[in-house]
Amino acid sequence: MKHPKKKEHNKRYFDKNEKKPEDNGESKDNQVKVYNIKITPNLIKANKFKNKDTFNAIRPKKNKKFEGKAPIDPEKLEVHSRGEGVGKGVRHPLHAEKLRKRERKYNYAQEQAARAEILLTEGQGGLEVEEGGKTTAISQKIIAENVDITAASKIFELNLGFGPYQAKYSRNGRHLLLGSKKGHLAAFDWFTKKLHFEINVMESIHDISWLHTETMVAAAQKEWLYMYDNTGTEIHCIKKMDKILRMEFLPYHFLLAAVNEFGFMTWLDISVGEIVGHYNNRLGRTAVMAQNPYNATLCIGNSKGVVSLWSPTVKDPLAKILCHKTPVTALAVDNRGMYMATSGVDRSMKIWDIRHLDGPIQDYRLRSAPVDLEFSQKDMLAVGLDEVVEIYNNCCTKTTEKPYLRHRMAKAINNFKFCPYEDVLGIGTTNGFTSIIVPGSGEPNFDALESNPFQNKKQRKEAEVKALLDKIPAELITLNPLDITEVDVLSMQEQMEAKKKLLYLKPKKMDFTPRHKKKGKTNIARKKIIKEVARKDFVEKAKEAKKLLNLQEEQKAKKPSFGVLDRFVPTVKTKKQ
Amino acid sequence: MSKVKIKVISRNPDEYLRATKRDIHKLPRNYDPSLHPLEAPREYVRAMNAVKLERVFAKPFIGNLDGHRDGVSSLAKHPSRLSVLTSGAFDGEIRQWDLAVKKCTRNFVAHEGWVRALCYTPDGETFTSVGDDKTIKTWKSEVRSPDDEEPISTLLSMSVVSGITHHRNKPIFATCGEHCQLWEKTRNEPVKVFKWGVDSLHHVSFNQVEYNLLASCASDRSVILYDCRESGPLRKVVMELRSNALSWNPMEAFIFTVANEDYNLYTFDVRKLKQPVNIHMGHTSAVIDVDYAPTGRELVAGSYDKTIRIFESLKGNSRDVYHTKRMQRLTCVKWTLDNKYILSGSDEMNIRMWKARASEKLGVLKPRERTALNYSDSLKEKFANHPQVKRIARHRHVPKHILNAQKEIKTIKDKTKRKEGNRRAHSKPGTVPFVAERQKHIVKEDE
Repeated sequence: MKHPKKKEHNKRYFDKNEKKPEDNGESKDNQVKVYNIKITPNLIKANKFKNKDTFNAIRPKKNKKFEGKAPIDPEKLEVHSRGEGVGKGVRHPLHAEKLRKRERKYNYAQEQAARAEILLTEGQGGLEVEEGGKTTAISQKIIAENVDITAASKIFELNLGFGPYQAKYSRNGRHLLLGSKKGHLAAFDWFTKKLHFEINVMESIHDISWLHTETMVAAAQKEWLYMYDNTGTEIHCIKKMDKILRMEFLPYHFLLAAVNEFGFMTWLDISVGEIVGHYNNRLGRTAVMAQNPYNATLCIGNSKGVVSLWSPTVKDPLAKILCHKTPVTALAVDNRGMYMATSGVDRSMKIWDIRHLDGPIQDYRLRSAPVDLEFSQKDMLAVGLDEVVEIYNNCCTKTTEKPYLRHRMAKAINNFKFCPYEDVLGIGTTNGFTSIIVPGSGEPNFDALESNPFQNKKQRKEAEVKALLDKIPAELITLNPLDITEVDVLSMQEQMEAKKKLLYLKPKKMDFTPRHKKKGKTNIARKKIIKEVARKDFVEKAKEAKKLLNLQEEQKAKKPSFGVLDRFVPTVKTKKQ
Repeated sequence: MSKVKIKVISRNPDEYLRATKRDIHKLPRNYDPSLHPLEAPREYVRAMNAVKLERVFAKPFIGNLDGHRDGVSSLAKHPSRLSVLTSGAFDGEIRQWDLAVKKCTRNFVAHEGWVRALCYTPDGETFTSVGDDKTIKTWKSEVRSPDDEEPISTLLSMSVVSGITHHRNKPIFATCGEHCQLWEKTRNEPVKVFKWGVDSLHHVSFNQVEYNLLASCASDRSVILYDCRESGPLRKVVMELRSNALSWNPMEAFIFTVANEDYNLYTFDVRKLKQPVNIHMGHTSAVIDVDYAPTGRELVAGSYDKTIRIFESLKGNSRDVYHTKRMQRLTCVKWTLDNKYILSGSDEMNIRMWKARASEKLGVLKPRERTALNYSDSLKEKFANHPQVKRIARHRHVPKHILNAQKEIKTIKDKTKRKEGNRRAHSKPGTVPFVAERQKHIVKEDE
């Protein structure tokens, strides 16, 4: 209502035009009121759905400089993919539409995640040499000379006198824990070289582990498992877990998994102090253990060359692979849970596809049996051979001839770990600890909500609470972590049982004994039977066929001949259809 | 080894630490899935936590409006002001309330006997009440002078009036009693009278979208449709038991829901009255009143079993059930026009205010709070069908008498089902047909 009043004072569109000779023809039509309206974005919006043609007419021309969103690298998209959609599997149009909508959202999220990679600040490390040159021989000395002074300070060596040392980094890579066979236990912030504590437990230490934060550590000592805080005060002694050889901490489940001398495996929930799984694996004494970070199962290699996967709630292995014909000496699983590296006494090292329990993908022959294996965040594989650490790059997908780096020490290696979010490999040796730089091994960009090397005390506390809220129950440790999102389809037996519960229906009698098809396990006797059956079948068929042939012959043969009198034999007339 | 280019991760702490204590912490993110393992189980755990927290925070009762000296018989919400509510009681008193401060702003005795029904005019200036004394009185909504205390107009009806409803935009209202009568503001006699051979009607309601349409509930167990432009009623559907109240869906003009004596609510499509579109089950006694949410997606029902149930309009079972120790038989329920609250009047003289979504936080949400809630909502939706999540989300504590009644109803249902099954099994195939639940409760449709 307001517009016309306002416009009365203004000059009208046709008023102005009357003076111009060009537009005379149009301006004669005085009955149509034309207002000189300025086109504003709001107006365009308001008219958007009223009249498409006019909207198109007033829309400004497309700016050619800005063609739209930048294209996304398909490889990056692939990284963030949550798998293919269901596709055309859904028949009902409503549900199909719902699914399509949801998938569109997932695709959008995937796209956004891929686009967000542009915001990552750090670049991955690496080594570049002249063409044809090899990186294997580049020593730590050369690396130290070529990097900046803070990075160079990450190459260091600790000479400690308490026998072979174990080293483990905390989950954010900031803190280092050392434990020695002769009882020396020390934890420190290795960036600032600030010591948290250093004690001697006066017992042998077999394995060490950080717990969920850097304020607590666990040490498997001669008899029992002990826990210390970051001042070295003993806070727990868990006598239920005795004579432990190897430990792994599962951070998302708050489980400390351990295997002891007698083959007993224990999962201790450290948030409530409850043992959630405790049984004997019947593999005998073995100290080769690794966790699969993808699904939090434990991989244990034994003296028969078999690697088995374990979860706390199932007392039998979830899967077994015969990896070597000799005892397994070391074992490592990569970060994404795709590859497993195993090595045997026979000096071979094999790479397996652990998701399909398939392989070996690669089979390497080494100079000696590896002491330890370890994958870095960027899938470099460190192999410890007596006094030498060799680091292989890209050794899973293709066969590499030469190691990426080789570091030689004058002391035997006990274990080593890649430092998360750093290009550093920490090696525990017979007389101390050595830290070397492996360019390109670590993830350059950390996610602060997952693990933050620069977190302060308050952030740490907050993250601890959040992590405790998200604690995954131990029952969810399965081979495929996505199992929980799958549809649970009831078996035939369960369906029938549910039907039986409906009182007014008489249950049908059914034979439920399931057929256990043994895939790929046909023995020779069964094969013989199958062959025999096929042969008999063939013989039967052949007989029948012969009979048919004979019948036809017989029918032909049956017509007796009467010579000249044949013409009097009545012919059978065939009915016309 | 002359030319070696080496690049190593070397972070400058200044880029990762906040400069002063007043800054927020720097939180670099990296969405690479390999840094976020065990995505599915972690989401599942979060969904579990979210659904548990939802139950923890489910405190729907906000407060009660205390003042009536007899049971509350009817409620009317102001069409344009959220904080104004008018209520009538069994002793003929009408009270006006300010919901924001939970105070009574005005009270007066309007009728002798019950105040049967109340309704506001669409402009909100006046409201009309009908009572047992056969009068239809129109009152001003706001009292500016002492004259405003008196009714603007008083109409005398020939017969008992038990319900009233106002046309969406014309100065017409309809009452029901012996017959459905159409009144114009300026006249003392009804403009039209719709008769369809029934002794009494107890509820009438205008459709607010298709505004010439109105429907009423009759005591001969039927629901009758009228068009106010025509001279006679349109159609009716007869059910097994009588319907107590009726509410039109404010978004879908052709849908209405009736609250029935047989413990159920029935949603009908005007175009096809032969069979209800949906049956809402869950109450354990007669349903007294029903009201739609302004979105048309949900409806609230108050029952004689002392509980309020909230139904999603497309689903058969209730989403939530509200009860308190002190609340007695419900007489009327209303869903406020901001889709946030539910108002209920009951036998024991109180009007209660409830949140429409039990665990919703009232007041302004901070952006982080909002995103966290959105995230947990979508997680709940994603994992809604997991047995553990479902169990927690569905569980409601109900008073013992409800629980026992539910058990009883279940045994009765099982019994009839079993009996029917047995009969079917032991008779000639085809003689005992399967009858859909939706067809069982409808006797016939008349035109």
